[in-house]
Amino acid sequence: MAHINVPEGVPGIRSLVMFRPETGKPLYELAQVLLRGESTLSPAERELIAAYVSYRNNCTFCYSSHAAAARCLYEDDELIVDEVLKDMQQAPVSDKLKALLNIAGKVQVLGTEVKQADIDAAKNLGATDRELHDTVLIAASFSMFNRYVDGLASLTPTDPEAYAEMGVRMAKGYTLPQQPQQ
Amino acid sequence: MPYIPLESHLPGITGLLEYSKETAEPIRNLTQILLRGPSTLSEGDRELIATIVSHGNQCKFCTTAHTAAADLYLGENDTAQKIKENIETAPVTEKMKALLTIAKLTGQSGKNVTTAQVERAKAAGATDIEIHDTVLIAALFCLYNRYVDGMGTALPADAGYYNILADRLVNHGYTRLPQGYDHLKK
Repeated sequence: MAHINVPEGVPGIRSLVMFRPETGKPLYELAQVLLRGESTLSPAERELIAAYVSYRNNCTFCYSSHAAAARCLYEDDELIVDEVLKDMQQAPVSDKLKALLNIAGKVQVLGTEVKQADIDAAKNLGATDRELHDTVLIAASFSMFNRYVDGLASLTPTDPEAYAEMGVRMAKGYTLPQQPQQ
Repeated sequence: MPYIPLESHLPGITGLLEYSKETAEPIRNLTQILLRGPSTLSEGDRELIATIVSHGNQCKFCTTAHTAAADLYLGENDTAQKIKENIETAPVTEKMKALLTIAKLTGQSGKNVTTAQVERAKAAGATDIEIHDTVLIAALFCLYNRYVDGMGTALPADAGYYNILADRLVNHGYTRLPQGYDHLKK
């Protein structure tokens, strides 16, 4: 049971933004621009960062749904997603992406955990200022989304199939869900 | 030194919001609705929620800025200081003690918010929207605090900067100034 009276049977953040669409609108706009807007990081890589941070925050709804979205976007390389969640350093992703995931993981703990050495390591592997910025902001944003979803105890489905369906929808982008028909 | 090139006359969050205006717009709009939009919580109460979370996340820039904004709304500088020291003995209502506790727990982890804390807030008269907004303000400041510190932004060279900022947050709000921020260049 959610802590507040959100629409019944609607999972996760969707139930919360239906409860309060005024704040839902900018939240979905932020997700869209961060994860689908123009960037030299692919939408798959950005979803992976979102899933990685959510996993570390132990937010089952967010990591399951963003991992599903990332699997869809990685297409034939979908196994990368679970390898990163299992052991990021050993996963078959580029060293640059590992350096960015390392920074995202530090942001998840606390902003002050990010040190100049972490930034230099990513820059030496070719990360641009914009990529560093976007990585930190995605990690910071999911530190928000995770707390919003779990802090209000929104419904978390346990069926993996429910997340697979969400992933397909999310891969197309983020639009504010409408109120269920009465 | 910030980790990416930001304008030196814009310490803390402002330089980041100017660096990336596309992402800044929804963040600014969300903050404006939550902290200044119609609400049964006063602007001062909502700034106290921002303050307690920023304090818990050890974000100096955000804590100082929102303490200054809360002080300006409340007309004194005692309450914001006291809630940072001890929520239970601070001079706020039972409802605000319950909401500030929920905010503080949200700052640690969403999972730390317990049914017992939510029931305490409801028993003290908190509505579902007030509880929703408290959790979302707390979550939003976890974004801000990590953004500001994770990018290594600078603190203002002069502490007077916070008074000017607090005045802007009270009299203008969180949306971008129509004329931008070039007038802040020395």
